[in-house]
Amino acid sequence: MNITNLKLREMRDLLDKKSISAIELTQEYLNRINKFDDKIQSYITVTEDLAMDSAKKAQEKIDNGNTNPLCGIPISIKDNICTNGIKTTCASKSLENFIPPYNATVVDKLDSQNAVMLGKTNLDEFAIGATTQSSVFAKTKNPFDLSKVPGGSSGGSAASVSASLCAASIASDTGGSLRQPAALCGVTGLKPTYGRVSRHGLVAIASSMDQIGAIAKDAHDCAFILNTIAGFDCNDATSSKAEVIDFTSKIGESIKGLKIAIPKEFYDSNIGINSEVKNSVLAAAEKYKKMGAELVECCLPSLKYAVATYLILSSAEAASNLSRIDGIKYGHRSTRGENFNELIINSRTEGFGDEVKRRILLGNFVLSIEQYDDYYKKALALRQRFITEYADIFEKCDVILTPTTLSTAARTDENISTPFKTYLDNICTVSSDIASLPAISTTCGYDSNGMPIGMSIIGKKFDEATIVQVADAFEKSFNAVSPELI
Amino acid sequence: MSYIPVIGLEIHAELLTQSKIFCSCSAEFGGEQNSRCCPGCSSMPGTLPVLNKTAVKYAIKAGLAMNCEINKFSVFDRKNYFYPDLPKAYQVSQLEFPLCINGYVPIHVDGKEKKIRLNRIHLEEDAGKLIHDDFNAVSLVDLNRGGIPLIEIVTEPDINSAEEAKAFVEQVSLLLQYTGVCSCKMEQGALRCDVNISLMKPEDTEFGTRVEIKNLNSLKSIGRAIEYEIKRQSRMLDNGERIIQETRRFNDNRGETKSMRNKEDAHDYRYFPDPDIPQVNLTDEDLEAIRAELPEMPDKRLERYINEYGLSETDAQIIVNQKLISDFYDETVKNYNNPISVSNFITVELLRRVNLGEVSMDNLPFSAKEFASLIEMADTDKVSKNDAKKILRLMVETGKSPEDIAKENGFLIVNDISKADEIISTVLAENAAVVEQYKNGETKVFGFLMGQCTKKLKGVCTPQVIKETLEAKLK
Repeated sequence: MNITNLKLREMRDLLDKKSISAIELTQEYLNRINKFDDKIQSYITVTEDLAMDSAKKAQEKIDNGNTNPLCGIPISIKDNICTNGIKTTCASKSLENFIPPYNATVVDKLDSQNAVMLGKTNLDEFAIGATTQSSVFAKTKNPFDLSKVPGGSSGGSAASVSASLCAASIASDTGGSLRQPAALCGVTGLKPTYGRVSRHGLVAIASSMDQIGAIAKDAHDCAFILNTIAGFDCNDATSSKAEVIDFTSKIGESIKGLKIAIPKEFYDSNIGINSEVKNSVLAAAEKYKKMGAELVECCLPSLKYAVATYLILSSAEAASNLSRIDGIKYGHRSTRGENFNELIINSRTEGFGDEVKRRILLGNFVLSIEQYDDYYKKALALRQRFITEYADIFEKCDVILTPTTLSTAARTDENISTPFKTYLDNICTVSSDIASLPAISTTCGYDSNGMPIGMSIIGKKFDEATIVQVADAFEKSFNAVSPELI
Repeated sequence: MSYIPVIGLEIHAELLTQSKIFCSCSAEFGGEQNSRCCPGCSSMPGTLPVLNKTAVKYAIKAGLAMNCEINKFSVFDRKNYFYPDLPKAYQVSQLEFPLCINGYVPIHVDGKEKKIRLNRIHLEEDAGKLIHDDFNAVSLVDLNRGGIPLIEIVTEPDINSAEEAKAFVEQVSLLLQYTGVCSCKMEQGALRCDVNISLMKPEDTEFGTRVEIKNLNSLKSIGRAIEYEIKRQSRMLDNGERIIQETRRFNDNRGETKSMRNKEDAHDYRYFPDPDIPQVNLTDEDLEAIRAELPEMPDKRLERYINEYGLSETDAQIIVNQKLISDFYDETVKNYNNPISVSNFITVELLRRVNLGEVSMDNLPFSAKEFASLIEMADTDKVSKNDAKKILRLMVETGKSPEDIAKENGFLIVNDISKADEIISTVLAENAAVVEQYKNGETKVFGFLMGQCTKKLKGVCTPQVIKETLEAKLK
């Protein structure tokens, strides 16, 4: 038995029973990273020494009877979440040497439980993208097929979990950045309600949608981690004071009578959904029905505007948020420039990749005086419409079931020079971010090439416990496969 | 030709909060460079702003003091522009929903009252400071000031002269001092002013093209810049030239304004609501609680001093014009209920010491209670009027109580009548010849006798007693 194939909570048991030590567990993961990550390239930075130190400390705690849920559990953290004294690059040349002097709140919370950080995972530059191919450091591969992308932007996190190069990963989601790679890498990704987890220390792209969540082997593990990282934070005014309950509390409860909404727009061939994906998700729906849930057909009429709304809002915010990377105080500084204007222009031109520049241009365009009313203002109005349409569905239903992606992972060499197509691929995930709703993606099948297919369960605001319950109910009846690594 | 100047002001006032607007760094003026900044106010990637509630309260207080409507729903926006003193590359400000709107401030110029309407007061953050080191050819940034809360007070174009502009700034400064939200120390940049100015002919129905003069930091330069601009624009119009809409800088040394940038270079700030800062929602109870914290404002105090205390308008105005003086006056009157006498002593004696730079009102070495007791001692002849002045000087120098100083220096008058009688008799005996002269009708020698007695009776009794006793004895 390979211990790294276990669920996080199974490791917890072994650690508590002293069947294994945190040091051995950590060493095992570091060995695997050494062995496999050259191929997968899921990590930007592996903090080997620090991990072993933390593991020793964790073991001392365990020996003293500490059974904190994450004590001694080796995890990875997406490299856009600030770690004190450890490079936080956002996979960008502009921040390649950025060493934060402070921890993100989530990192502090993990530290306080003696979780073991193995390293920082790869992402699309500044978490903008859906392939993890725009990182300046590495192009992460899909553990199920190294010729395919892992999705993104949290591709490093999803791949590291999928390839068992960590027990779980802390990642971020803005328009699907956590759920989409989880789906493409055959693991589970939980994006909590906006405000559920503090964003303090998460390098912002779209402040009104960014949210930290967990990628793990299953829904139960994700909820387990959310129990640790959720909660109000006085350093983040947008974090919620909603009560933090035990997110695993509904696991195992029968879903009999539960109403699952199936919004037809998500399954419409107009949006370009692959039939294998569609059939797999609808088969999962039937399975729920057999478990006693009620499937309710409904609609989300504005879905066709979701990508545009998302792109306008997120690009506007990203353009502003990324402005601080100007080479003056932060970011790569060019050696060229006669005055500060030139210096800023050259620094940003050299420091940012194409996709980031594209979003900055788009964001500034939609915020400009001439365009504001036509784009940004309309997108704000559409956001309200999404909130209303979702609220209408939740009047009648408990959760919503959608595909996570339109198709399974693309090849790394597939033409990605048409950014607009890539944007449209996010149609299944962006609308829950626009409406601040929690969502979880879990594997519901595999395509004819054995590539994972993900489905998403979207919940009511702050009702993570129910989507975890629903995802778990399926996972228990499903035989998820781990990728074969050689 | 003579034109009507049309002037609007934007005043930036730094708020006296303990901490900055979005982090817990000290908002105090000065400090070693970059000693008052943290990951937050140096805009480290990943940090988030957390709004300082006191800053909101102070902005509202300023709004109430200037007769504004308070928006119960208020939003913070990002104003995006690159500048090395602005590490986030956007300034958090308020565009569409500022905290305060539609106020007015009455000013008095040439004996006439005029209301200057306010368009708005909004809350925003200050930027850092650039230090240009020409010697080493580098520019350095000091972020201590970055993130200090500011209010921007924006007037309607209701001002028509340099005098009115100055009177307005003075009045605003006074109101801010009374509400306690700004030190108003212009030399420290706590109050800074932008002037928008255009000229129109009396028969014109539309305003002329306006020019903005940025960052004036003294009353004097506000006046001079406006005067210069009126002359410059008048001359141009007289010559048939067109005024261009532009931003100008005032050079204090040369007394001239110079173009900084014109309209074509104007920024598009790409304002949008800051998604990191929740909207501010205030209740009526919140507003009432803030209103209740406001002190009595200068116009009310002036009224009270004149109507209740019977002070002259001039004296009342002198006292009201500085909150510290007015507070000290009120506190003194509380301890010694003789408002006119206290007013006289403050406006003449205390302010003399202040004006001579011996002491400042924000750092008096004695209490209002001690000050009150000094005035009472003088009024009740426990010390002479002249000695009271000396005592005040010693209080300023030593901080000792007036009683102690009077005792130590023999200023106390005990009014020992029998002793006075005895000494006066001795003086008369010693000056028998002079007494003879007096009795022979040379009454002018009375002054000499009075002087002799006073010298010997210092601290024994009041001049009044001496005079009466002497007259009785000489009869």
